[in-house]
Order: sequence, then structure tokens, then C-alpha cells
Amino acid sequence: MVTELRYWQAVNRALAEEMERDPRVVLVGEDVGTPGGAFGATRGLRERFGPDRVRDTPISELGIVGLGVGAALAGLRPVVEVMFNDFLTLALDQLANQAAKLRFMTGGRARVPLVVRTLVGAGKGTGPQHGQSLEAWLGHVPGLLVAMPATPADAYHLLRAAIRCDDPVVVLESLRQWNLRGQIADEEPLEVGRAAVRRPGADLTLVSVGGALPRAERACELAAGEGIDVELIDLRWLWPLDWACVESSLRKTGRLVVVHDAVGFLGPGAELAARAAERVALAAPVVRVAPPRTPVPFAPSLEERYFPGAERIVAACRKVMGRSDG
Amino acid sequence: MSDHAPRPRLARDLYVTQLRIRRFEETVARLFAQGRLPGFVHLSIGQEAVAAGACAALRDDDVITSTHRGHGHCIAKGGHLGRMMAELFGGRDGYCAGLGGSMHIADLERGILGANGIVGAGIPIATGAAYAFQAQGTGRVALAFFGDGAVNEGAFHEGLNLAALWHLPVVYVCEDNGYAELTATDLHTAGPGVAARAVAYGMHAEEVDGTDALAVHDAVARAVECCRAKEGPALVVAHAPRWHGHFEGDPQRYRPMGELEEARRRDPVGRLGHRLLAEGWADESWLTSVTAEVEAEIAAAVAFAERSLPLELEAMLHLAGAEASW
Ligand SMILES: Cc1ncc(C[n+]2csc(CCOP(=O)(O)OP(=O)(O)O)c2C)c(N)n1
Ligand SMILES: [Mg+2]
Repeated sequence: MVTELRYWQAVNRALAEEMERDPRVVLVGEDVGTPGGAFGATRGLRERFGPDRVRDTPISELGIVGLGVGAALAGLRPVVEVMFNDFLTLALDQLANQAAKLRFMTGGRARVPLVVRTLVGAGKGTGPQHGQSLEAWLGHVPGLLVAMPATPADAYHLLRAAIRCDDPVVVLESLRQWNLRGQIADEEPLEVGRAAVRRPGADLTLVSVGGALPRAERACELAAGEGIDVELIDLRWLWPLDWACVESSLRKTGRLVVVHDAVGFLGPGAELAARAAERVALAAPVVRVAPPRTPVPFAPSLEERYFPGAERIVAACRKVMGRSDG
Repeated sequence: MSDHAPRPRLARDLYVTQLRIRRFEETVARLFAQGRLPGFVHLSIGQEAVAAGACAALRDDDVITSTHRGHGHCIAKGGHLGRMMAELFGGRDGYCAGLGGSMHIADLERGILGANGIVGAGIPIATGAAYAFQAQGTGRVALAFFGDGAVNEGAFHEGLNLAALWHLPVVYVCEDNGYAELTATDLHTAGPGVAARAVAYGMHAEEVDGTDALAVHDAVARAVECCRAKEGPALVVAHAPRWHGHFEGDPQRYRPMGELEEARRRDPVGRLGHRLLAEGWADESWLTSVTAEVEAEIAAAVAFAERSLPLELEAMLHLAGAEASW
């Protein structure tokens, strides 16, 4: 069956279905219960599943992520909501030192089936402390899985896969995409760490990370108008990284452009560019399209130029194709 | 462990537990001084009554979280001495396959959710386990051990507030040994003390002489009772000086004259031994025979640990589910 849902409704549906399927799944977080989530993702769930399984918490990010770690060790499958990924900074000990390392530290005996859902506010006028994209920080911690759904269908499927995963997963949801509508098919396989080829192409490989996808798609159309045939890959998971998907595309195109909303320096594109350089004989230098190494500006005109737009991505495509106007 | 063991049997059990901790740690100190143990080692000699008394008030299916000074907690909760010792040697037969070391020993089957290298981190984790027990309706209780230094971490306040708000079945046991690392308590903690902080969160709190295992047992048993009666959480502050340095090798220049001598006069093991004889709960021959048994057990643990080889790097990568290269 195919349903059309908005991105946030897809999150809601994934949560409801997983809670229905598995009584060990519980939700905790600021505003998730009675208010139904700061942005509505948990609407109706407390009424449906009761206050033991859907709990409003104090503003205690470290405490609630730690609560999730302990509850996971004791047999639950907690989904902890941390409103914005910027606020993960307060919870990093429990995320990076506890959740991520317990399996390793116990010689493989302990598993932490914890999901932390959090928003990337980039591009919505959220400014320096609500607009960051911190996936590279998270991806750098061995033991954490990092999912970045860019479409309503992925908001649904990736979250369900994350909840069924026995290791800790941070799901970075995208506020930009929050109200986007999309088709959701039930029968997609629940895979962890699988990228998606959104558009086949022969000339160059464009890898989009998380919320940059619609701009990347637009850039593909613009480039096509200029005779550049782009293969677009939506990475979907920063870790596990589906390098095989990227590499097989690169073996065909020999050219790589990466776009993301995280700061370019040491961002996801740095890893992809390094791997490409190490493992593939490229026809042209890699081009990354990403924000400069500054905090996210508030003023709309600055924010507009700070995050990569379709025009900049097309310019990168021209450059990697060796066109002089790139 | 004992639900309502008669007093003499409880006292004898506590004595044996304390002695096992004491001899284990004396052996660790010797091995460390001989340069045979890598890394950091923090010993709890002088504080054995806290671990022994508190764990004796728990059921086998209750859980604990522990600290960097955690050997005693682990032994008192039923941890296997050989596997603990093997972990200190970095051997593959250690609790963490040699991947964790002293500060990460865990045994989920015995309800030991883990020692911790991060001060205060076990507090939210135990709180989360208690949330799971409440949601599962099992009547189980979680207990968090932590030092006097941990009460100034956000994790302490976030954990206690959450637990009190939700009436979680968790017992917080603060081991006040007068120092956080090299800094005396009056230099790091404001206000009238930890118990007052717990009371401010609306929970039952008690202070107890942490060198008196029976008194610790009784105080923690009352706290556990509160939790099982759905009137948790509760906190117990146990005061007990440590005899060794913060870590092995610490010359302890910061300790005032006479303090260590005074500490040794409050020897929790010797004290309970005298009490056993004075009350007629045991005789000299019993003391001699349990001492011989414990010493044999420790010798066997060391022999087991000495035979345990470290993991190969490839096995470690496999265990971590990692690629051989990145
Ligand atoms: C978050 C964090 N900060 C600092 C340290 C370094 N450290 C290790 S033990 C310790 C003191 C802890 O004092 P206390 O909680 O009283 O425990 P004790 O060592 O006295 O048993 C410190 C500061 C740490 N391990 N974790
Ligand atoms: Mg201390």
C-alpha cells in the first residue's frame, strides 16, 4: 500500500507502528507526551499508548539520554527525543562515552538498543544554536549509527530500522523537510546503512547528505538543462557508510561533488573526498559544496547564502566537468 | 543474597564479602606495584562495608551501576573474581575481553550494569533501569553507587529530579570518602550535604557510618523497601575514608597528619570481625577458615588471569563490527 504523508506524519506513523508491534518501545523527551511533541511528531501517542510508554521529561538532555541508556540495558527499546541536535552537546557523555561504547567496553556482551531522534534546524531561520548540522561529530564516534532521512518515506523507514537495531542510532530529522509531502510504500526493506540512488546519470556523481536533497535534486534538473547528466546519491546513513554505492557510481562517472549543510571543514564531504582519492582513479578533483567554517547566521539573506543552494551545486558540477564557468 | 537473613548469618556474609574485597584489592595493589597491571587502578580499601552492606540489601535480580572505584561493588553483587582479575590484566577471559579494564567491568547476568570511567554517569543509567522496572512492573530495584565528587555533576541533579518526579525504584548510594581525587569535600561541595540535596528533591534520605556494614545494610534495606513499596527513590550517604591514594601511586601529600591512622582505626573488616566474636556469631576457627578460603580463591583468580591472553586486534575489530581499515 502507498500512502501520502508529510515528513512529520511519517515519523509519527513509524513511532506508532513500532510501539504497536513491540511493547518494549517507549518514548521519552521534552514535550513528547501531553503536548504531542514540540513539532507534533508524537501527537496522539500518549493517549494511545499510555503515560508509562510516552513520558514528558524535564529539560535534562544528559539525564534523559542516560535514562535511555539504562532503560535499554534493562530490556526496553527507548526512543529519546532531543529537540534540536544542537542540544546533544549537553548529552554527549551519555551518547558518546556510554551508549556508543558499552558494547565494546563489555567485550560485546551489552547491547544498547537506543534511538535518539533529534532535529537539524538548518535553513529555517533558527540561527547559531538551533541551526547546526552536527552529523560529523556523531559519525566520528565509533559505536554510534547516524541516520539522516531526507524524505517522508525515509523518515518512516529509517526510523523503523533504527528502532529495530540493537545498537544506538541517532536519527537526525530535517526541519526543512518537516512539512514536505511524499509517498510511503509499506513494503520497503528495513535496511541499516543503505544509500539510495535518486537519479541515475553518467557524467558525475553528486552525493547529498541529509536535508540538502531537494536542493541537490533541483541542481540535477538545472544541470541536465546544460547537458550535464548527474547521478544523485542520497547518503541516508552517515554510519554505516554505504561506500560501495558511492564507489560503484564513481567507477562509472569518475567525478564527485558532495553537498551538505554541515560546515565543510572536516565535514562528511571530507571523508567522502578522501576515500574517493584513495580508492578511485578520478577524472577531476572532488568539489565539496558546504557552509563556511562559521556559526549559522540568522539574517535570512545571509542564511540563504550560507547553506548550499541549487545554483552553487550546479556551479560545482560545471567545475568538476571542467567547464570554464564552474 | 539475603532477603531477611537472620542477623548472625547476615553479619557473617557481610564479613566474607568485605574480606573478599579487601584481599582482592590488596592483591591488585601488589600486582600494580610490581608493574604487572596496565592503566589506572582505584582501590576502595577502607570502604568495603558500603559495597558489602548495600548489595546485601538487594535481590539477585536487582541491578547496580558502579564507578571508577568499583571492584568492591562488583564483588559484592556476585562478580566472578577470576574474570575481574583477568580484565585488570587485559586478558580475553576478562569481563570485557580486555577491552574495558578496571573502570568498565560489567556483568549483566548478575545485574552489574557497569563500572564507569565518567564521574556521575552511572546515575542516569541506574535511573533509566529503574524506569524500565517501573514500566515492566517487575518490582525490581536499581541502585547507583557514586562518590561525593559526583554530586556536583549535572548528571546527579538531572537523575535525582527525574527519579523523584516519576517515583522510580532507584536507590542512590553516595560514598563519601572525603575527597574527589585530591580535593577535600569542603573545597568542592556547598551547602549542608548530599542528604539535604536529596531531601530538596522530595526523597527519603539517610546518613550512615560507611565503615559499619550492618548499619549500611540496614539503611539501604530501608531505602530498597521504600522503592519496592512504590515510594522511591531514596538516597543513602555512607561516610567511609579510603586508605589508599586516589589511584595507585598517588603519594597523598594532600592528606593531613593523622588522618590515615584515624582511618585505619575505623577498619570495617576488623570491626565486623570483632563484633562477630563479641556477639558469639562466629569463633576464631571460623575466621581462620574463611580467611584461608578467600585467599585460595584470590590465588586462583590471579592464576586464571595470568593464563588469559589478550585478544588479537582482528578479533577486536570483529567484535566491534568494524572494518579492518576505516
Ligand atoms: C566527568 C569526569 N570528570 C573528571 C574525572 C576525573 N576523576 C576521576 S575520579 C574523580 C574524583 C571523583 O571523586 P568521587 O566522586 O568522590 O569518587 P572517589 O574517587 O572519591 O571514589 C575525578 C575528578 C572523570 N573521571 N570524569
Ligand atoms: Mg570521594
